[in-house]
Amino acid sequence: MDMAVSEIVASHNHTSPVDIIGAQPVVDTRPLAIEARGLVKSFDGTRAVDGVDIAVPEGAIYGILGPNGAGKTTTLRMLLGIIDPDEGVRRVFGHDRPHDVGRLIGYLPEERGLYPAMKAIDAIAFMGALRGLPKAEGRKRGLELLERHDLSHAADRQIRQLSKGMAQTVQLLGTLVHGPRLVVLDEPFSGLDAINQGKLERMIRSLAEEGVTVIFSTHVIHHAERLCEGVAIIAGGKVPYAGSVETARDRIPAQVRLETRAREGGWNKALPQDARREGDFFYFSLPETGVEPLLKDLIAGEAGILSLSIERAGLHDAFVAIAGEAAARQLEADQAGAGS
Amino acid sequence: MTDHMSDMAVKPRLSRLEAAWVIARRDFVAVLFSRAFLFFLLGPLFPVIVGGLAGSIGGQVSKQASVAEIGIAMSEADSAALLRGAETLRPQLGGAVPALAVIPEAASDPNFKAKQFLEARKGSYVAIVTGTIETPELVGTGGQVARWKGPISLIASTGASAAPQNFPRVQTETVASSAASERTSRIKTAQASQMVLFLLTMLLAGMVLSNLAEEKGNKIIEILAAAIPMDAVFMGKLFAMLGVSFVGIAVWGTVGWAFWAIAEDAIVTVTQTDYRNLPGPALGWPLFIALGIAYFSMAYLLLGSLFLTIGAMANTVREVQTMSMPVTMMQLMVFFVAAFTLTPGGAWMEPYAIAFPLSSPFAMLARAAMDETLWIHAAALAWQALWVGLLVKGGSLWFKKRVMKSGGAGREKKKRTSLFTRRAKEPTLEPAE
Repeated sequence: MDMAVSEIVASHNHTSPVDIIGAQPVVDTRPLAIEARGLVKSFDGTRAVDGVDIAVPEGAIYGILGPNGAGKTTTLRMLLGIIDPDEGVRRVFGHDRPHDVGRLIGYLPEERGLYPAMKAIDAIAFMGALRGLPKAEGRKRGLELLERHDLSHAADRQIRQLSKGMAQTVQLLGTLVHGPRLVVLDEPFSGLDAINQGKLERMIRSLAEEGVTVIFSTHVIHHAERLCEGVAIIAGGKVPYAGSVETARDRIPAQVRLETRAREGGWNKALPQDARREGDFFYFSLPETGVEPLLKDLIAGEAGILSLSIERAGLHDAFVAIAGEAAARQLEADQAGAGS
Repeated sequence: MTDHMSDMAVKPRLSRLEAAWVIARRDFVAVLFSRAFLFFLLGPLFPVIVGGLAGSIGGQVSKQASVAEIGIAMSEADSAALLRGAETLRPQLGGAVPALAVIPEAASDPNFKAKQFLEARKGSYVAIVTGTIETPELVGTGGQVARWKGPISLIASTGASAAPQNFPRVQTETVASSAASERTSRIKTAQASQMVLFLLTMLLAGMVLSNLAEEKGNKIIEILAAAIPMDAVFMGKLFAMLGVSFVGIAVWGTVGWAFWAIAEDAIVTVTQTDYRNLPGPALGWPLFIALGIAYFSMAYLLLGSLFLTIGAMANTVREVQTMSMPVTMMQLMVFFVAAFTLTPGGAWMEPYAIAFPLSSPFAMLARAAMDETLWIHAAALAWQALWVGLLVKGGSLWFKKRVMKSGGAGREKKKRTSLFTRRAKEPTLEPAE
């Protein structure tokens, strides 16, 4: 049964809580582009993905964050219908079979793949044709996209004649040529230099501004932190957290950094129990009562406040708290590996 | 960036046929306009040309070698009588009468010794007749003596006879056909058609083995698998290669026809076959050829879907090459099963050969040559098409299960001994997680 795009969008126009495992559920009125519950996938007896729940509202930029081998790609492949889950359900625009809405999806796999003998413009048109775009229209739109990215000179060159960066851009344009409503990017920043990473970030933001849902996997925290509205933190095939970036950061109390003239005094007793001294500074979690009562005690005790700053936890801290030290260390190693 | 709002009325997905068409079109064009395709087209022509030349030369040599000339070392009168006897018998016995020639050396040498002459490997005689017309003596190797003893005796007897020989005239009447000759003719047609079908599928279906290698090597397979169902990818690839095969057959057919137009007489002479009067199949040539095309397509799709699945498990060209041999053996076995049904003792096997999907096109093509029943071909084609669908579905599911899986999970897996299991873990889609 074929449905027009507008019908599909209308057919699943329901509200759903976006935060599944977040600290405090936030009701989002937007319909879901992707919804997955209890996804399980095993390969030869090993659970690669173990009960993943994800809900991505339409128009969001959503990150799947985790170290290599955590199950990010397997999760994306299940969401896209490339492989089927052993257990659980997945819905893309309300459809159980992602291929039924293939026209609405654009996918850039981690391993970039193009036919080397194909011309760039034909490669873009072919990828559009796979998603139902007529060949002539694909070529027309492909030329426009190439021109917009200063690559019109490469349109008639074979893929094998292009630089790696140009070929990656061509593939990305092929992912977008048919005008998808959901764009799934698997490790899109890997292999790109800083300039192209910046371009890609702008492109992702631009897509989201047009109402396109963007999901990307990454093991680089700052990409997720800068771009994403929501993240799923994945480690060891499980998703210990899926929700908004802000909620994730709020799970960790803000850190206070205090500098005083006096080193010791009665005011020391006013400091929270977790306070530790490093050089000239005290570090401790922001008390639940706020900083005002503490300030009063410090002033009364003549601590001589030189500086006081409150730093909100970053996504990295949240990742460490949620996924554990081991996963965080692996993530850092992956980032270092990718950067080297 | 995106124009999705303007595409709201566009269908949300391609049908399987549309998706298969996108794949088929890409593959067909890519193969057809590749340099390698030229070599592919030329490939089968080389053995045909070489075979034709070798056959022609071999035919000449064998023709020369088969001319049996027997030398005569007798008196002049006896020689003349022997030659006369041979000429008298030749109209009645034709090729059974050997060519006779007087040996010049014997005529000029009264002490001529036939045995020494042959042992010295002089002349080109298979044997020599000495003695007199009443008591001829045949000298030669054991085989030649045994072969020509009787004819020489008959020739000498005829030549020695003073009275002219009167041979009664045999009245003859011919019929167009008989049950026995018609069946024999149709069996020949059936065998020949099976052989042609086998050669074509062997030449062409093997190409499918490495058909997914490019997609796997270039990591395009994941893009295809994400966009359209895997069975549509399989179907598209199969039909693309079938199309390429038809182009190949058309080219080879055209070259063959041109070769025939130029050298029909030579071909008929060399092959000793009158192609213009080949025995007709039971269903007549037009229908038989149409069914031949249909059964070739089915044989190709059936074997191709199997080969595509097997080949998809391979990760390297070396693995594909290693698989080629057992795959060729499988084709041979299928052919032998179908060919066996044409033998007197193999008729019982025909229903099984028809029912078994892989041998079904071969067995049914033979049946089209032998039997006039038409409806059974419609049923057989439907049966074969059903199996094509099942094999494609099964192959694509197998591919999805075994190949389209992440490599990262494999890092913790146990070592496997199976070729396919081990390879499936290797990073065909790496580095996934």
